[in-house]
Amino acid sequence: MARGNEGQRATSASGAEPSPPLVSRWTSPPAASDAVAEAAGPGEEAERPERRALQLLGQFWAWLFLLALVVFFSLTGQGFFDLFNFQSIGANLAIMLIMALGQTFVIIAGGIDLSTGWVMGLASVMAAILMTQLVEGTPLVLVVLVGLAAGVFAGVCTGLVNGLLIAKLRVPPFIATLGMYGIARGAGFILSGGQPVSVQIRGLGQIGNGYLLYYHPQAGVSLFSPPPGLEGAQLRQVIGILPHPLTLAIILVLICYWLLARTRFGLRTYAIGGNREAALRAGIPVDRHTIQIYILSALLAAIAGVLYAARFTNGAANAGDPLLLDSIAAVVIGGASLFGGEGTISGTVIGALIIAVIQNGLVILAINPFWQFVAVGVVIIIAVLVDQAKARVVT
Amino acid sequence: MSATGSESANGKPILQAIGLYKHFGGLVAVNDVSLDVFPGEVVGLVGDNGAGKSTLIKLISGVYRPDGGQILLDGRPVSFTSPLEARQLGIETIYQDLALCENLDAAANVFLGREPVRRTLGVFKNLDRDYMLRESRQVLAQLDIRIPDLRRPIRELSGGQRQAVAITRAVYWNARLMIMDEPTAALGVPEQRKVLALVRTLRDRGVPVILISHNLQDVFAVADRIVVMRRGRKVAERPASATTSDEIVSLMVGAAPTAE
Repeated sequence: MARGNEGQRATSASGAEPSPPLVSRWTSPPAASDAVAEAAGPGEEAERPERRALQLLGQFWAWLFLLALVVFFSLTGQGFFDLFNFQSIGANLAIMLIMALGQTFVIIAGGIDLSTGWVMGLASVMAAILMTQLVEGTPLVLVVLVGLAAGVFAGVCTGLVNGLLIAKLRVPPFIATLGMYGIARGAGFILSGGQPVSVQIRGLGQIGNGYLLYYHPQAGVSLFSPPPGLEGAQLRQVIGILPHPLTLAIILVLICYWLLARTRFGLRTYAIGGNREAALRAGIPVDRHTIQIYILSALLAAIAGVLYAARFTNGAANAGDPLLLDSIAAVVIGGASLFGGEGTISGTVIGALIIAVIQNGLVILAINPFWQFVAVGVVIIIAVLVDQAKARVVT
Repeated sequence: MSATGSESANGKPILQAIGLYKHFGGLVAVNDVSLDVFPGEVVGLVGDNGAGKSTLIKLISGVYRPDGGQILLDGRPVSFTSPLEARQLGIETIYQDLALCENLDAAANVFLGREPVRRTLGVFKNLDRDYMLRESRQVLAQLDIRIPDLRRPIRELSGGQRQAVAITRAVYWNARLMIMDEPTAALGVPEQRKVLALVRTLRDRGVPVILISHNLQDVFAVADRIVVMRRGRKVAERPASATTSDEIVSLMVGAAPTAE
């Protein structure tokens, strides 16, 4: 896949205006006549509305699809359309979504990061081990910070190695990150002794599973913990709003959106994925940028790992493995092209939502969980087909 | 000094290539070629395939380093270790592949690698898209280029419009000398005319252009001077007004005008 990906990128780089331009132009009369029509001026307006409509459909099909899924499961599944269920979808999707955010940058730049799953697991193990070393009574904030530091360390190291291999030593991203996939996997199991590392710290689970706001009909709203003075049955009436994993994911989504859509870093990410050669010739430090992107990806995976450790109060080397393909699928469903140059954060968010809603909905309908894989697989293929149809319309 | 016979009224040459020599193994690609380019002129560089045109411009634009000879820019000797250095000194080369990012819009392509940023709230360094749009629009207007929507990816533009974006970028960043490699090769006829008009616009703004083309009609349409290369050597240099395509063709193939 990545070899193909690499090769594709190389040809598209040297041949954005294809390197044998004569051949491609002469053998594709539609494109040539199109060019003339546009140059002629008024002709261009005629086909625009139709084209624009198809483009919009291409952009919004994922929204429509998500909406259709929600309507379908709301009508058929008992308890799907429910604040509690929606929040649990959000909390469950957070870890995968955070991994997908980093992957979005990598894929837009024309690469792929296969190591995020095991890097996430390794980070959760390292965070868990370090947190258990702390003496009883360490303030919770400090515990979380120590865990985060351990995770960040794991992420920066693995991402830096990925980036150096890909940018400096010209190892194809597929191979470099596949290598790191193995290394992080092995390191995670070695450090944890092959067993999940349990973190016995009082209160940590509350951070991983807590809510930003709590609401009780009589006691009102409170921040971070249920309103004081409630007991027993009253406590069970309390409604949590915005689970912490979801809040964290939303914050990271906003940061990544800003980074990709509003900054020089984001624009250069698109430029490198669109035409690496052109980016080089324009003086963009492509190698340095590539390294930064892989560090970002690994860093986000590591944050997801620390979140896992806080939520499930343990670190497990294999925690992220099943999420890798889901996170790549989220990016692709969101409209990113594996050939690079295309993709958005909002697309990735929708992709992740679609996957999470399918998984949750099928559970609620009590359908054999193995069907989840089938359903997500079908959606990935549909997404790529829509993307290709869109490309055909545009060019 | 160089052996170019051009008596340009425009004063000193911007570029002087003196006795350039480049070989690849046993193959001598460019053999003792000298060339002067003056402000406000278009030099047509013609020759058969393998005549050494591409190698010559790659020497001038910093892609290759010459094995012999010298390049002077504004009378000062220069030596480039990369195309980027040549660009920084104002030698812009537009290759057939244009070196644009087709997934980005025209404004982003003009500013590629030199994107302006603006601080908001004191901390966030945001891309200054408004500035990019404003400036691009201005240069496009100066060059009399019309692009329907500067915010759409340029893959939606025609070949000629993309060519125009590449030229705009070079002009915006103060090109002193523009080298264009087969700029009309992939275009339809109306588009070719637009690009040639753009070459004239550049010349009128004082930016000299070296135009490499297989299409003698194009060369005659815009060039003030025609340089003919054959087997690595410069075999002739003629004012465009004092020669004919027949003569140029026979010089290209190395035959007398009457021969087949």
